[in-house]
Amino acid sequence: MEIAFYLSGLIAVLATLGVITNTNPVHALLYLIVSLISVALVFFALGAPFAGALEVIVYAGAIMVLFVFVVMMLNLGDQGAAQEKAWLRPRIWLGPSLLAAVLLVTLIATLWSGDAGRMISGEVLTAKAVGSLLFGPWLMVVELGAMLLLAALVTASHVGRVASPDKPEVNAESGARKEAS
Amino acid sequence: MSWLSPTIVASLIAMLQAVVILLGAVLLGAVMTVVERRLLGLWQDRYGPNRVGPFGSLQLIADMIKIFFKEDWIPPFADRTLFVLAPVIAMASLLLSFMIIPITPGWGVADLNIGLLFFLAMAGINVYAVLFGGWSSSNKYALIGAMRASAQTLSYEVFMGLALMGVVAMTGSFNMREIVNAQEGLWFVIPQFFGFCTFLIAGIAVTHRHPFDQPEAEQELADGYHIEYSSMKFGMFFIGEYVGMVLVSALIVTLFFGGWHGPLLPPIVWFALKTGAFLVFFVLLRASLPRPRYDRVMSFGWKFCLPLTLINLLVTGAVILIADPL
Repeated sequence: MEIAFYLSGLIAVLATLGVITNTNPVHALLYLIVSLISVALVFFALGAPFAGALEVIVYAGAIMVLFVFVVMMLNLGDQGAAQEKAWLRPRIWLGPSLLAAVLLVTLIATLWSGDAGRMISGEVLTAKAVGSLLFGPWLMVVELGAMLLLAALVTASHVGRVASPDKPEVNAESGARKEAS
Repeated sequence: MSWLSPTIVASLIAMLQAVVILLGAVLLGAVMTVVERRLLGLWQDRYGPNRVGPFGSLQLIADMIKIFFKEDWIPPFADRTLFVLAPVIAMASLLLSFMIIPITPGWGVADLNIGLLFFLAMAGINVYAVLFGGWSSSNKYALIGAMRASAQTLSYEVFMGLALMGVVAMTGSFNMREIVNAQEGLWFVIPQFFGFCTFLIAGIAVTHRHPFDQPEAEQELADGYHIEYSSMKFGMFFIGEYVGMVLVSALIVTLFFGGWHGPLLPPIVWFALKTGAFLVFFVLLRASLPRPRYDRVMSFGWKFCLPLTLINLLVTGAVILIADPL
């Protein structure tokens, strides 16, 4: 399990670097998908298969598909790659990465001062355990999350609504597209 | 033979089982390509492929020779990496899903406690095959096909997961073996009839089978997302579709029709019979139904199937609570 943890952690870090340095948007998204799947594998290695499976289903299987979908619709082409290249000049990324490095040092220092002898292990968490935890002590958070999602749903259906049939300025084709998106 | 300890023997047997199941799934997918054409011919009152060998039985070999020896052409305008990766994802994600299916009490690859979720995860990954294949081809028809496919798959995956949750709630586990064992007295198709109906529809839509094959509708899109593919890359998409069909049939049998349970005959025969029946049913659907319009497919999914699965889950939960208060 330890080897699996470190290996998938390493892949996650490398893939995320690939997301940042790649100039082709679709290739960058491919790296991001790989990164999310390897994070899911980290969850598996830590004995939380439920969280790992949900990570793949929700992030890699649903949210990233929408990202890829939109990027493909935009069809950025060579212009997009040129723009990305222009943004990857040291003058632009040096400042933010210095600040991020400070954060990294703080994180490593915190980890170092903590319990360094702990092993990568843990009992396997079942879906039932996760469920009873979510709907027990964390019920309030779940309810708040549900309300937020409901608000988002209402907003989305308001923004994407099709005009009533007696107003013919929206033709049937755009109606179909709205249902598809 | 001191190295042949019981654990090594056990793991060798497990590996052998896995390889047999893998080859069986691929072979069944390949055989289905020919069986489907023969059955379509029968039902549509024409001959179908009946020339190669007795009753056309060697058609599969002829097809394989043809597809292996065709030129494997990558268009110069295509995005090479993704173009090669797409068929691999199409085939691998579906084949990996066979891992969770318990065929008989002794046969099966992995006994995961998140079993069903693994299938849903692999179905989610499978969308990328179509998306990347369509985009990397740099072809308008391929791109439109990929767009349609991904929108359709995303919408139908939402309630595919919800349709299965009724079964999970009744069993109290995601584990496939426990689900099969819970159906010893009564198959889940009876208490979960609406779950079965919606999962069947979603399964057809996710594997892009007719009548949900808008992504590759020949009349409008030439061939959809795999229009630029040739030789074995096309073959992988093609066989992948049939492997998906076998997978969905096997899943329906495991989840709703009691898996290997059945009187008299041995478990493996029952499993094969039930799966075969669903494969034939899929072909019959293709032979008999016309293709609906794309926007109707989408609104049917969101406005009819999704509410139906939600109500089904709600009623299932209420019945479980009434029957067995905590």
